[in-house]
Amino acid sequence: MERQPVDSSGAGRGTLKSYATGFVLSLTLTVLAFGLVMRGALPLPGILFGIIGAAVVQIVVQMHYFLHLDASSSQRWNVMVLVYTVLIIAILVGGTLWIMFNMRDHMMAVSMLTGH
Amino acid sequence: MATEALFGKLTFSAIPFDSPIIMGAVGVSLLLGALVVGLITYHGKWPYLWREWFTSVDHKKIGVMYIVLAWVMLLRGFADAIMMRAQQAMALGATQGYLPPYHYDQIFSAHGTIMIIFVAMPFFIGLMNIIVPLQIGARDVAFPFVNSVSLWLSVFSAMLVMLSLGLGNFSHAGWSGYPPLSETQYSPGPGVDYWIWSLQLGGLGTLMTGINFFVTIIKMRAPGMTLMRMPVFTWTILVTMVLIMLSFPVLTVTLALLTLDRYLGMHFFTNGMGGNLMMFPNLFWIWGHPEVYIVILPAFGIYSEVIATFSRKRLFGYRSMVYASIAIAVLSFGVWLHHFFTMGAGADVNAFFGIATMVIAVPTGVKIFNWLFTMYRGRIEFTTPTLWTLGFIVTFCIGGMTGVLLAVPPADFVLHNTEFLVAHFHNMLIPGALFAYFAGYAYWFPKAFGFRLDETWGKRAFWAWLVGFYLAFMPLYALGFMGMPRRLVYYDDPGWQLYLEVAAFGTLVILLGIIFQITQLIVSIRRRKELRDLTGDPWNGRTLEWSVSSPPPFFNFANIPVVEALDAFTDMKERGVASTHPAEVHSIHMPKNTPAGVAMGGLAFVFGFAMIWHVWWMALAGIFGVLATLIVRAANEHVDYDVPASEVERTLLSLRGQR
Repeated sequence: MERQPVDSSGAGRGTLKSYATGFVLSLTLTVLAFGLVMRGALPLPGILFGIIGAAVVQIVVQMHYFLHLDASSSQRWNVMVLVYTVLIIAILVGGTLWIMFNMRDHMMAVSMLTGH
Repeated sequence: MATEALFGKLTFSAIPFDSPIIMGAVGVSLLLGALVVGLITYHGKWPYLWREWFTSVDHKKIGVMYIVLAWVMLLRGFADAIMMRAQQAMALGATQGYLPPYHYDQIFSAHGTIMIIFVAMPFFIGLMNIIVPLQIGARDVAFPFVNSVSLWLSVFSAMLVMLSLGLGNFSHAGWSGYPPLSETQYSPGPGVDYWIWSLQLGGLGTLMTGINFFVTIIKMRAPGMTLMRMPVFTWTILVTMVLIMLSFPVLTVTLALLTLDRYLGMHFFTNGMGGNLMMFPNLFWIWGHPEVYIVILPAFGIYSEVIATFSRKRLFGYRSMVYASIAIAVLSFGVWLHHFFTMGAGADVNAFFGIATMVIAVPTGVKIFNWLFTMYRGRIEFTTPTLWTLGFIVTFCIGGMTGVLLAVPPADFVLHNTEFLVAHFHNMLIPGALFAYFAGYAYWFPKAFGFRLDETWGKRAFWAWLVGFYLAFMPLYALGFMGMPRRLVYYDDPGWQLYLEVAAFGTLVILLGIIFQITQLIVSIRRRKELRDLTGDPWNGRTLEWSVSSPPPFFNFANIPVVEALDAFTDMKERGVASTHPAEVHSIHMPKNTPAGVAMGGLAFVFGFAMIWHVWWMALAGIFGVLATLIVRAANEHVDYDVPASEVERTLLSLRGQR
């Protein structure tokens, strides 16, 4: 019997424990972000950085526990994809922030001054 | 109350009995559908279709079904185009044409959505399904079952668009569906919901295809086929799959946010209550711009294969072709703001995105020169695929230049939202993408079916399309300069009418091209004995798909080929090792057919339909059905089987027997 040469070396396998850990961590981080906004206890910059931080940590958690990414050499491809993803997210999130703040500066300035 | 629980917003008034044009279209569609169903029933082909096609996980058959979908939807999208052109040709002054504005708006929204999502995408996905595993020397894709699910999600989401014709209406908010127009306040009906759910389900299928083919190309190449020995078509597909994986989730999330606004009264994109409607164009085009490269990069790959084969030369500048594709992919993520230069960003932001847009012309230009140098001193054969390629090179350069013009923000402030833009993107997508798919269709047809397409009718179709294209879209450039806005249902400037009449005439010439293509198919099927491809290599091809018989055995390769050079099959022919029949064969491990893919697609359709009409019990049933099918399928451990060596031998002999 000849099998298709599928090379799956270097791909980690999860256990029930690792999946459960990832699930609980993701849930905690989501509730944390939600709670920050709903309670409104922190000043606005605090809330913003809090939810951004929780989001970034959650990305890492999901990649580690669900996608089994780490920097071991047999996962060169995974790491390349990861780096590309980080690059794209930097362009998209950074670009979006740049665009939206720039637009606000150009269009909202008057209404902010007059309080409307 | 009970009826509402049972039927949601669905009532008999959803059927537009009062609109004769729509009812006529519904009647014709139903008649054609009934004719097809009747013919299949009369010939008793349902069991055959179910067994051999609908439940198939064979990438070649899935590819053929994708292309059938693309052709059917092309006819629908083109019918929309003719209606729009006819409307604009006659809608001067008090006459106002024959279409009411609300219907006209739905037509251009449906035209855009259909042509991008249900013609361009399935056409190239179909071609890549048939060819990529053969080009890399693999027996199937990495996840054959997922492939089947992707296909049926695409088919059933296209059916949702078709259904909107006779039940309710389609979105009137344009194919890009900007809020606040697409919010409940201004679009309370089911139209925008049809648009949302067909895009959402189709997009999910595309995302799974992206993952599937990325893994296939990375993990399942034949021994010796390094990345830099992959055919250019496979390379462009690899790059395209990366674009799909990165951009389609953005579309999914954007549509999900709009869905929350519409269904749960949230305020992501609303005008007030803290919503930010400018965020929608921003997110939409973060997907939308890579999307145009998703349909164009595979086209570049097809042109590269065709031009090398029919110039009888190695492709000029293989490496630069690969790097140019990668450069285009990376750059395509840095230009999305050029779709909304006029939304209010400052000169600094606009200048950055304008320059980034112009930079994309550089790698694209590299490709153009590579194709020209490939032809230089080649023995060019003017087959139908070659003609499509030549027509593309010339016409695409014009579109590219108008694109660079639009990339200049001050020029865009004048030309945006005019017919100039309409002319520009049709100039990129018709010669750029569609001509390539037609070239690939003619080029790979013998591989899929075992006989070539008729050349005479193919060439007639090409000339009709080319001339029709120029007649239909060059006047629109002029109209843009004259200040005619796009999406105009009627107008009062008599100076525009002549141009619009020429454009309408051009559409009729394109119609002639489509009729020639249908004729070509019928003529070719009737003459299939004369057109039979006995060698498996009708064009003296360079890549591995030509090393197997036409059509290939269901397992593709009895023995996995060993690759020693770029243009692997040419290399084998030159070394004299391109044997068609292996000395010994072994048993082969293959996936079994499964009805789970078509079941999941159908249940997803039920879910989408129920969400559109707010029939909550049915939506729950649909989504649980999808999950239950998935779990049952996942629990099944007998999803593949061994093809014994004797059957491999028998299959090879029977394919030889056809010769």
